[in-house]
Amino acid sequence: MITRSAKFFEEWRAIARELLQSGIRPDDIRWHDRWQKTNTLLFADEESDDLPTREQIAKPFTVSPKFLLLAKKVAAHRDPQRWELLYRVLWRMTHGERHLLDVSSDDDVLSLTKMDAAVRREAHKTKAFVRFRSVQRDGEEYFVAWHRPDHYVLRLTAPFFSRRFPEMRWTILTPYESATWDPTAKELQYGDGVPASEAPSPDELEDLWKTYYGAIFNPARIKLKAMRAEMPMKHWPTLPETKIIPDLLADAPRRVQTMISQTEGFAMSATNFLPETKTLETLAHAAASCEGCDLYKEATQTVFGQGPASARVMMVGECPGDQEDLQGEPFVGPAGQLLNDVLQTVGIDRDLVYITNTVKHFKWEPRGRRRLHKKPGAREIAACKPWLEAEIDVVKPDVVMCLGATAAQAIIGRDFRITRQRGEFVETDWSPLTIATYHPSALLRAPDPDARANMQSAFEADLQKVADKLNGHEAA
Amino acid sequence: MDRNAKLEILADAAKYDASCASSGAKSTRKDSRLGSTEGMGICHSYTPDGRCVSLLKILLTNYCIYDCQYCVNRVTSDTPRARFTPQEVVQLTLDFYRRNYIEGLFLSSGIIVNSDYTMEQLIHVARTLREEHGFGGYIHLKTIPAAADELIEEAGLWADRLSVNIELPTESDLKKLAPEKKKPTITGAMSHIRQRRDEIQSDRKAGFKAPRFAPAGQSTQMIVGATDTPDAGILRTASELYGDHRLRRVYYSAFSPIPHADARLPGLAPPLMREHRLYQADWLMRFYGFNVDEIVDDAQPDLSLEHDPKMAWALRHREFFPVDLNTAPREAILRVPGIGTRNVTRILKMRRWKRIRIEDLKKLRVVMKKTSPFVLADGHNPGLKDLERLDLGRKVQTKHRQLTLFDAAGSALTGEV
Repeated sequence: MITRSAKFFEEWRAIARELLQSGIRPDDIRWHDRWQKTNTLLFADEESDDLPTREQIAKPFTVSPKFLLLAKKVAAHRDPQRWELLYRVLWRMTHGERHLLDVSSDDDVLSLTKMDAAVRREAHKTKAFVRFRSVQRDGEEYFVAWHRPDHYVLRLTAPFFSRRFPEMRWTILTPYESATWDPTAKELQYGDGVPASEAPSPDELEDLWKTYYGAIFNPARIKLKAMRAEMPMKHWPTLPETKIIPDLLADAPRRVQTMISQTEGFAMSATNFLPETKTLETLAHAAASCEGCDLYKEATQTVFGQGPASARVMMVGECPGDQEDLQGEPFVGPAGQLLNDVLQTVGIDRDLVYITNTVKHFKWEPRGRRRLHKKPGAREIAACKPWLEAEIDVVKPDVVMCLGATAAQAIIGRDFRITRQRGEFVETDWSPLTIATYHPSALLRAPDPDARANMQSAFEADLQKVADKLNGHEAA
Repeated sequence: MDRNAKLEILADAAKYDASCASSGAKSTRKDSRLGSTEGMGICHSYTPDGRCVSLLKILLTNYCIYDCQYCVNRVTSDTPRARFTPQEVVQLTLDFYRRNYIEGLFLSSGIIVNSDYTMEQLIHVARTLREEHGFGGYIHLKTIPAAADELIEEAGLWADRLSVNIELPTESDLKKLAPEKKKPTITGAMSHIRQRRDEIQSDRKAGFKAPRFAPAGQSTQMIVGATDTPDAGILRTASELYGDHRLRRVYYSAFSPIPHADARLPGLAPPLMREHRLYQADWLMRFYGFNVDEIVDDAQPDLSLEHDPKMAWALRHREFFPVDLNTAPREAILRVPGIGTRNVTRILKMRRWKRIRIEDLKKLRVVMKKTSPFVLADGHNPGLKDLERLDLGRKVQTKHRQLTLFDAAGSALTGEV
């Protein structure tokens, strides 16, 4: 009986080659794993074992690269039996079973495959779960991690860390070995293992990491088995985020309940108030009692659109103002007056126009004794949109003209910018001829006479374009 | 608002993105001073929802001008809002990366101002990481579909993976729930990315030194269960995407109950089982040689929730079985329930040196309950006589039930699903 010991793959490989050359059968050799703490005296004289002089094999052995790759991984497994298993498979492969590795159901191959898988997984989990902590020493920043792998995978993984963090000073500590990278010399050094008590103290970034972990977790899906399968509890002591798992789970039902209640709480829009048959009369009548958003509570009345169903142009403003709210009609204040003047100037007959607003209720806040107009929010615009869609459906105008950004964003698109896209005909779902211009009240609020004059002429030119389209169509 | 508060809002807003892959970029970028990509994705942690944490997955901002009904960040939602500066995202990525918490960055955003502006902000983050910090880790950028072509091209230079969300399976679904998003715009962006990748590949083949362009390819995400489109519609769209645009992955995201969902959306439990079945069907299309029309058809537009799609196909096609493991071609063995691609390869290799026996299957850890009625091999196989049984479907069923939201809430305490 011959005795040999190995700790790393390269050692085993050299010994195995020599044994094979001398024709030593797997049964004639006892392997010792030097990671194991045993009485070294037992093995003190092992290397002096003379190999029995057998007939030297003439041809050198070749073995597939696939085996070498596999052996390299298996060598890092903590099972002390691995050295003899490797030698036995090597022997079989070089003595008539060259394709042994293809026979996946062979017991030796199965054992190798299992060990290989375990080592690969452990190496992968090392790459995943090593957590560096930033440590200051002599004004230099070091990154130190303590990690407990199940197998001797540090040497399999340290080169990965040196490729990934080439300019950091880092050390990975494990109970068996440690690895340190020197970024200046670009070299890895291996040293002794250390117990968990030597682990560095927590890093201030860990709280931020826990915040991230808690927020990215979806409380509506709980799959703890899946989590534990991939993140074994043995690593939890070095993974700071695992400390908050109980809190996350305790809070999950509450978060889910909130999700559910909010899901059911926002089902309100004008959709629920639309009449069965849609004509301008039925729509206006139904809209009068709309509670699709909260604006109805503070407004005097619904201000619905006005104009004939045969109208060829639909003009859409933002929302009713103080005067409109009191009279119940759109565009009756100063802005409406301005619009009427320009319509007359460019020769658009008011009978051809249906005029309405994106939002049908006045939104305001008290300012002293006045009711100050407020811009409607996205939610009110969305809640009110079914009315506008129904109006377009009934009137089927040739041209839809948006007055101001609110209407343009509701009809042309959310990223519409009045300064860049004013006065261009674009195709939308509502009409092949959709165009946007200033809201007439923007002209009234212009900061100085020059600006006002510029806006006024642009406004007139845009309405002239609509007039030209209508006349062009009349010829057809 | 401090970094912690912003992170909480903007990671929470990103949790609806199913994608977490950090794989596919086979080599590290030249001149990297921090970070590497070597092809394999790494999950650095797992959350109690069973999902992996691989990338720092955040939104640059959850403000959004759009009003997509299925989205928690829609303009009409009153979810709390926050916005990172590009510099904050860069710093956070580097801080987390140096501690080996993450593989890299997945950056998406609500749309602010307009598509181009938003895309420029995302590009700015990626470019700063690459150029100023020599960052060689993984970057996945969400592409804003309506952004200008040249912006998409620049994004591809800095990112490992680009993704454009298809969002919903059909054009009419989009019209209903996301009227501002247009399918031609979305697929246009995808084909543009594909063309650039093709050009660069052919330049490389011709020996030119072409720049990198999204080396890990492109992926997309589809929301499942927000409309009543059946699985057939979902899988046909996925099949088109794999074919026409050569996507690496289609992610399916069960429509979760999200705050302020809309009357137009079924506010029901997240159909997790359905999502799971879709992923299985997706695998069949990508790795098992199944055609979409074999998995679902007009007569059966939805996947079975009781059986996995491969088993469902086998139950409908008894005439195809039993498959003789000692003589059948690869394509046929791939169709046997319970035998995965790796075991198919193993069986084919073994076959060259020995006869395959039933005992071999057990050693390969094949789930015999599922497999035995469908195969021939040497040795005793008592399961084979069940192939003709009408109730075979019940016999091979695994214990599963549809997880409801309330179950999930209850099991949050016990941890059992």
